[in-house]
Amino acid sequence: MVTLGDYLIVSGILFAIGFAGVMVRRNIIIILMALELMLNAANLSLVAFSRFHVDPSGAPNYNAQVFVFFVITVAAAEVAVGLAIVVALFRLRQTTNVEDISTLKF
Amino acid sequence: MMLVFGAAVVINRNPVASALSLVVSFLALAALFMSLDAYFIGIIQVLVYAGAIMVLFLFIIMLLDLRAEKLSKINWIASAGGVGVALVLMIQIFAVIGKLNAAKQTFPPLARPVLSGAEGSTSDDVHRIGLLLFDNYNLPFQIIGVVILVATIGAVMLSRRETR
Repeated sequence: MVTLGDYLIVSGILFAIGFAGVMVRRNIIIILMALELMLNAANLSLVAFSRFHVDPSGAPNYNAQVFVFFVITVAAAEVAVGLAIVVALFRLRQTTNVEDISTLKF
Repeated sequence: MMLVFGAAVVINRNPVASALSLVVSFLALAALFMSLDAYFIGIIQVLVYAGAIMVLFLFIIMLLDLRAEKLSKINWIASAGGVGVALVLMIQIFAVIGKLNAAKQTFPPLARPVLSGAEGSTSDDVHRIGLLLFDNYNLPFQIIGVVILVATIGAVMLSRRETR
């Protein structure tokens, strides 16, 4: 039987993969994709807890699912703005490598 | 399978292959949501992520005409540091889950299946979420609308060519 812990472990592994992607990769588009992975890991644990806390009428806790809906919406807005910034940056510098973009680095 | 393709996102050198494995990873994640009786969230996941966001990613990758990264440019110290920090994070998450008593319990049964099936009665999952969204979360819902509007205007402004 599948327990709550199984879903939480999968969510933790997914978050760690996304985190490693943000730390290791140097391509800014792939960094954005790894950010999406981390957001989805959080969504997975939210939905797992929503299914785990069944209220007395026998329905899952829908508050968490509404929250996941908000997270997905904000993630979509974030991707739109992030990719627009990437396009503007590419037009300026002809690169997507984060090591070539160090003007603000101290 | 979701984890394999999630790892492929990070490991793949070619951005297009990376984006396509992200699509498969999101579809598998949607299947996991369905297995947790969250049909609405699963469908939203497929539509918004696997549909809209990934098309946006692929479009940008092909617009910028990105090549695969050169193998020689890997900074081994930074890579080892990043993987090490991620491993430490994963071990910490495992430790917390191992301590959690609730993690060892199976899921309690629902009163009736959310998706009833053949008798013409459809899921009332969307119904419940919609009621909650417009009753308890009306103000956040409107704020989200404004956020999306601002993001759209910002994206247009950022990607506009300077006309002077």
